[in-house]
Amino acid sequence: MKGGWLRWIIPAAVVPVLVLLAYGFWTNPREIPSPLLGRPAAPFVLTTFDKAPLTLQDLRGKVVLINFWASWCIPACYDEAPALERTWLAYKDKGVMVIGVNVQDTEEPARKFLARFQHSFPNAPDPRGYVAVEYGVYGVPETFFIDRRGRVRFKHVGALTDETARKRLDSLLEEPS
Amino acid sequence: MIPELGYAATVVGFVLALYGAIAAVIGVRTGQANWLRTGERAAIGVWLLITACIALMLYAFLTFDFSVRYVAVNTNRGTPFYYRITALWGALEGSIVLWAWMLSVYTLIVVVRYRRRQPELYPWVLSVMLGILAFFLLVMSIPAPPFERLSPIPPDGRGLNPLLEDSGMITHPVALYLGFTGFSVPFAFAMAALLVGRTGDEWITITRRWTIVAWYFLSLGLLIGGWWSYHVLGWGGYWAWDPVENAAFMPWLTGTAFLHSVMIQERRRMLKLWNLTLIILTFGLTLFGTFLTRSGIIGSVHSFTQGSIGVFFLAFLALALLGAFSLLAWRTDGLRAQGELDSAVSRESVFLLNNLFLIAATFTVFFGTVFPLLSEAVRGVKVSVGAPFFNLVNIPIFLALLFLMGVGPLIAWRRASAENLKRNFLKPVLAGIVAAAVLRLFGVGNVLVLTAMALVVFVAGTIALDYGRAVRARRRSGDGWGAATWGLLLRQNRRYGGFIVHLGILVVALGVAGSQAWQIQTEVTLDKGQSVEVDGYRTRYRVRFDGLSASEESNHGKVTGTFTLTDGRGKEEVLSPGRKFYPQEQTPIAAVDYRLGIFEDVYLVLGDFARDGSQATIKLQVNRMVSWLWIGGLVLTLGAALAILPDHRKPA
Repeated sequence: MKGGWLRWIIPAAVVPVLVLLAYGFWTNPREIPSPLLGRPAAPFVLTTFDKAPLTLQDLRGKVVLINFWASWCIPACYDEAPALERTWLAYKDKGVMVIGVNVQDTEEPARKFLARFQHSFPNAPDPRGYVAVEYGVYGVPETFFIDRRGRVRFKHVGALTDETARKRLDSLLEEPS
Repeated sequence: MIPELGYAATVVGFVLALYGAIAAVIGVRTGQANWLRTGERAAIGVWLLITACIALMLYAFLTFDFSVRYVAVNTNRGTPFYYRITALWGALEGSIVLWAWMLSVYTLIVVVRYRRRQPELYPWVLSVMLGILAFFLLVMSIPAPPFERLSPIPPDGRGLNPLLEDSGMITHPVALYLGFTGFSVPFAFAMAALLVGRTGDEWITITRRWTIVAWYFLSLGLLIGGWWSYHVLGWGGYWAWDPVENAAFMPWLTGTAFLHSVMIQERRRMLKLWNLTLIILTFGLTLFGTFLTRSGIIGSVHSFTQGSIGVFFLAFLALALLGAFSLLAWRTDGLRAQGELDSAVSRESVFLLNNLFLIAATFTVFFGTVFPLLSEAVRGVKVSVGAPFFNLVNIPIFLALLFLMGVGPLIAWRRASAENLKRNFLKPVLAGIVAAAVLRLFGVGNVLVLTAMALVVFVAGTIALDYGRAVRARRRSGDGWGAATWGLLLRQNRRYGGFIVHLGILVVALGVAGSQAWQIQTEVTLDKGQSVEVDGYRTRYRVRFDGLSASEESNHGKVTGTFTLTDGRGKEEVLSPGRKFYPQEQTPIAAVDYRLGIFEDVYLVLGDFARDGSQATIKLQVNRMVSWLWIGGLVLTLGAALAILPDHRKPA
């Protein structure tokens, strides 16, 4: 092997492995395929913390973002809370509804959470977890995007960011109703 | 206050480590000792700063300082004292701190031990160690800051992952990281040897004991991880080929290969290039493990995606591998073997085969672990391979390795004569065959288990044979049995330490073979007072459900079942498996109870139950020979301790 280029095969062999690993960054293991995608969203009726009824069926024709959260979910739910409120304020006049569903929680800390982030969109407790089970929620936070025709279109696991919310909502709003 | 102090210590530490790494090199290049001295002082400074980070973090945990995000995520006011300390390494950021701290301790030891003794290699070793430290401090500064501030300060924290509230979690990560970081030292010496051009056996002789220490801690970490899995997760197993487990297993495999192949280099001046490759791979795999489990590119039950940390690790991995292998390619000319392989039937070739199999195992584990990624890249579909793949491919490899373990230490160097083979292996082979035949008569039908048992007896036979001969030789000079054994262990501590480690591996192998081949499992719902009977292998067990009780612990509620276990001899014992309900978890955590035995464990998991305590569903398992894994770990410890004693032999 004296002086030959062959010796450089060793370092070169590392490259494809590194490339494969780098490729991993472009894939998203959080995109856990949900069997619900494309299916009609399960209807539910809840009572918000302000004692107002909240019925999914009434929102047909709007794009709906359903966020499942809990007050003990530190830090992810705390991270995404401001983004949710910003998204709501930016989209509420564009035919979008944002709903928070509080799961596996108790009332007092949940109310504190809402007060801290001053959420102005409807938030409702799901005390027995029926809605969470219907939507196959693994953990909090999880966010579902429902199109105007009432079908589940996207599921996001983990803290939601402004960009993700914007991207998903814009694409659903572009669709003809 | 704590977040600011901690962050300052981290950033200063990073700058200091980087400075030290560069200063050491300037010292060598210019020949000015002052530069080297400042590099050393930087190493001491880095150690002090990381120690300060640990102290600050502990203080924050003990005082419930929830302004530190990491503390708020990993404890709450109910977390018991004990776990507030171990919570330090309960998640990513803290683990990196622990890792960096161990590395800084090792660096300090290198400074103290080698500054006078190895004037030529030492500056480069120091530079490489500080370079690695700089990387970890960079990770602590940017993508995984342990001292990130949480604002507003929450009234209470989330709490430690309940699965980590276990004694195994005190020792498991510590042992594992001592192993991972331990391989940095031989790696740094290897790099220094390449840079200086002294690629002989020097770096191997210097780092021999370091390698054994790292290997030992890694082995221990793996075994304790298995114990944790067995008694906490409640599925009755200890190894699931999960990506995280694989990540720790791969450097163990290459590290084992390295431990063996360096012996050939010491003895026959062969395999220089190969040994350097192995240590680079081992070091690379320790980084890869962290990358894999923390970047979130592969899904695992253990892992949580953590932002940009993966990019940092991949970049450093690329730098380390490309840099090290390029250095290797550049020095190829000096790495040609001075010895030659004389015969296929020789100790050299057996060691080569051992390396080949270990690398094959590493490759299959690597391939299986990244397979989801590969299949997504090539076919666009995410497909995982599971335990069946790993078992199918690896069982034959490990059986072959067992066989080589018996042959390697006894076969002659260079060329083994037929006489040598007969003298050393005839009796052990016969013993193995007889053992298999006897087990077959007792009704063991599984071919793999029979093979494994036969091999274990064969290897144990070779060790006994060798030991017997050596002791007899010493007795001729007038020693008694005890004195002869003692003298042998101390005089030839490397050889007999190695043998004891081999015995430990044999015991572990028996445990694996036994537990994989036999398991009885049943799931039943019992009314209060009702019993279930299950046949073990040696006796019949009866489990009676006596009732449920609820209790409130500091940070969780617990429902405990009381069951009376009676074995065939009428001996009674109360088992109390339970379920723990943590407010921050949606699903309850099982608290397993078991009766451990040398041959059989009775393993009880509480499933659903009626709230009034009238009914309970249990999973009842009888697991065979799992205890041998833990006993093997103890034997391993003895052997490794013996092997790292200073060498008494005169250099050959």
